[in-house]
Amino acid sequence: MVINSADHRAEGSAAASPAATDCEENQQITRRALFQGGAGAMALLAMGVPGLSLAALPTDRRFVFVLLRGGLDGLAAVPPYADPAYAAARGSLALAEPGRDGGALDLNGFFGLHPAMANLHRLYQQQDLAVFHATASPYRERSHFDAQNLLEVGANRPNGQPDGWMNRMLGLYGAAGSRLGIAFNQTVPLILTGDVPVSSWAPGGGDAPAEFLERLAQVYGHDPLFSRLLGQAVAVDAMAEQAGASTMAGGNTPNQALVRTIGTAANMLRAVDGPRMAVIEVGGWDTHANQGTSNGQLANQLRQLDQGIGLLTDRLAPIWDQTVVVVMTEFGRTVAVNGTRGTDHGTGGVAMVAGGRVNGGHVLTQWPGLATAQLHEGRDLRPTLDLRSILKAVLNQHLDLPLADIERYVLPASTGASPVQRLIT
Amino acid sequence: MTTVHATIAAARFGFGPKPGELAAIAPNPVGWLRQQLYQAPDLPARLRDFPSSAAQGSVIAEALYKNRRRGPPADEAEANQRQQDRRMVLGQFRRAYQHEAGARTLAAMDTDTPFYERLVHFWSNHFTVSTTQAQVTSLVGSFEREAIRPHVLGKFSDMLLASTRHAAMLIYLDQAQSIGPHSLAGQFGDRGLNENLAREILELHTLGVNGGYDQDDVLALAKILTGWTVGAIRQVLPQRLAQNLPKPASQADGGAFLFVNLFHEPGTKTLLGRDFNQGGEAEGIAALEVLARHPATAEFVATKLARHFIADDPPARAVAVLADTFRRSDGDLRLLAETLISLPEIWSTPLSKVRSPNDYVIAMVRAIQLDLTERDAYKALKDFGQPPFGAPSPAGWPDKGSAWLAPESLMRRIEAARNVAAAMPARIEPNAFLEATIGPVANADTLIWVARAPDRVDGLALILAAPEFQRR
Repeated sequence: MVINSADHRAEGSAAASPAATDCEENQQITRRALFQGGAGAMALLAMGVPGLSLAALPTDRRFVFVLLRGGLDGLAAVPPYADPAYAAARGSLALAEPGRDGGALDLNGFFGLHPAMANLHRLYQQQDLAVFHATASPYRERSHFDAQNLLEVGANRPNGQPDGWMNRMLGLYGAAGSRLGIAFNQTVPLILTGDVPVSSWAPGGGDAPAEFLERLAQVYGHDPLFSRLLGQAVAVDAMAEQAGASTMAGGNTPNQALVRTIGTAANMLRAVDGPRMAVIEVGGWDTHANQGTSNGQLANQLRQLDQGIGLLTDRLAPIWDQTVVVVMTEFGRTVAVNGTRGTDHGTGGVAMVAGGRVNGGHVLTQWPGLATAQLHEGRDLRPTLDLRSILKAVLNQHLDLPLADIERYVLPASTGASPVQRLIT
Repeated sequence: MTTVHATIAAARFGFGPKPGELAAIAPNPVGWLRQQLYQAPDLPARLRDFPSSAAQGSVIAEALYKNRRRGPPADEAEANQRQQDRRMVLGQFRRAYQHEAGARTLAAMDTDTPFYERLVHFWSNHFTVSTTQAQVTSLVGSFEREAIRPHVLGKFSDMLLASTRHAAMLIYLDQAQSIGPHSLAGQFGDRGLNENLAREILELHTLGVNGGYDQDDVLALAKILTGWTVGAIRQVLPQRLAQNLPKPASQADGGAFLFVNLFHEPGTKTLLGRDFNQGGEAEGIAALEVLARHPATAEFVATKLARHFIADDPPARAVAVLADTFRRSDGDLRLLAETLISLPEIWSTPLSKVRSPNDYVIAMVRAIQLDLTERDAYKALKDFGQPPFGAPSPAGWPDKGSAWLAPESLMRRIEAARNVAAAMPARIEPNAFLEATIGPVANADTLIWVARAPDRVDGLALILAAPEFQRR
């Protein structure tokens, strides 16, 4: 007995759509088809989300936060190949210099990009990508959970705030803030949870027929919460349908799912009345063993991320000047290779900011060096920049949110981390 | 309106009615609830054969394995072997956990004392230990059986002490290896004080985040608790330290609480303005007693109970009544439960809470009497994002509807409702099913649209997906 419909999809069961056998004419009309579903569907949309597309949204700016869960190895993604200690410190994980077989893609004569990240390299050359190195949140221990928690709640210690900083950010937009946020995930991740309602969308699902949902909407009529959520779900699905979710290439491997998610996300973000602030999560960065160098496990992960960001930039081209994409992870990894050809939880790592108005083409860092004496606790890249300095710059310079509000509501206790100057032009 | 009260008794205090249960409750809903508080049930039969924490000595040594002071592997073969061993042990932990997580869920699905079982879930969540720390995965079930269940109708101070001393908590919040900087062991090694457990006791278990303590109090409590660890610590300490530890009572007590004076920070600690200098294990016990009796603890616990049983934003009067009961009775949890069922606010606001995924799945299965395996039960909760003992943080699962319902998660519930409806035995008809589950609180629209449903499965799906079924 399987309760959750997600199981059916995962197991590819032929019984995934029990309704289809009950009611032949419903077979092809799923909620994803509601967009073309005629008057009934439109009535459902209108009822669930009053005035959905009538009032203008409070901002045209787009903000996409890509959260890499597991701890990206910053020294693999952005190798400081010209640091005199690099080759020795990284040992068998060191990447070759630019121009050599499997070598890094050069950024500035000192840092390179991992060879699997051609799209990001192109963005850097177009000066649309700023790379930050030796950066970290205020967290100095090594638990994934605590580190992610801190990054998501936007405090200077784990559980230092009860909700996510992006949700508090939406709160700064007043009532209209509830139309801005979306998680490209089935449930809303901590970073986006809080008092302001947000939307969510994930690939898969979608076997409830439109006709059933219309009757359910009648049942929900007396309950404002369920009514609103169903309306949002149908609207966001319609948007995803319009955005081509069902026709996108892509199967069920995590890689294909990410490409499908990002493709749909981009199209939704482009819509005039679509969401503005999005969270996309990518797992699989916890490379304790057999990490690989120019090829291998981590290279595949980076290639997937690079393809995703490439797709995002292509699809968002018409609004690229209004868009900023931030890529962050909870911590970096150890400098030295461990006993299982991987790396362990570390401290300093990389973050990236991309967008049409980003002052890109730079690696921004106060480079601490890789000699043993220069490392944090003798093992990790020493952090010299607080991730919140980057976030505050994006929120202030791109979203035009007042610094005082950011420091008071969004990222409290962050006054020590002053915003990066002139990150957005 | 006795039947509305029967629904509230079954859905809000329990996990929703089994077939026929509403009719049985209807004559005396309060009596049905109270009876459960005075016939404290035995451990559910499904949970009796799982191992105790104390017996899991080698398992717990493995849990502390990562901190074991072993040199770097001699060669690649040894490195691979270590990696493989660790993966195998963690896999065993995981399987043992899934087995018990499923059994615990089935126990809630078939219990005849659902109010008691909900209180178990509530207190387990208050004192969260979580499988997000892989090392405690095999201990979370024993935590609930040993530290929570025995005290659900007892004293808050006893539950606080039992949970703080349990191996799962000591390891989950890094207490097992916390060493006072001036203790004998502190002079030897590079490990020091860990304030994680102390902080969460103050913030999450007793006073609450606004309970009037500061960082100095966190440090003081951390020092007071140094030495609280588990038997398995012997196996992971360097020999020169381990030989000075108390001798084990038996070979298999690695998961039992152990006080190690070698770790204990000497001197006077000042917690909330009081000095603690009893030394030894007694110091921590005395501190927990003070915290359990603190007025801020009464307020904090009362607020959480009221949020769980009345509304996301609980009425101030109800909180005040509960806090007062807590203070006057010295944290008598049975009396607190009695007070809950006497609150008019609870009986006058049906359906004010959104069911968590845990509650929603259990309610569906109770209503339909689906025959699930342990694996089915575990997997259903996992796929809905709420695996038992899997809370994302020491704060536990959220207790507000906004944390659980988003557009996409609602759509998944609707799709699950359709799947379940399609699998329901053909003898179950929508009208009878509605009457036996949400009948007394069903809205007129719901009744009309269920009656108009084109077929039986469609009607059943509408009931399971209706707000009345997704709320409690």
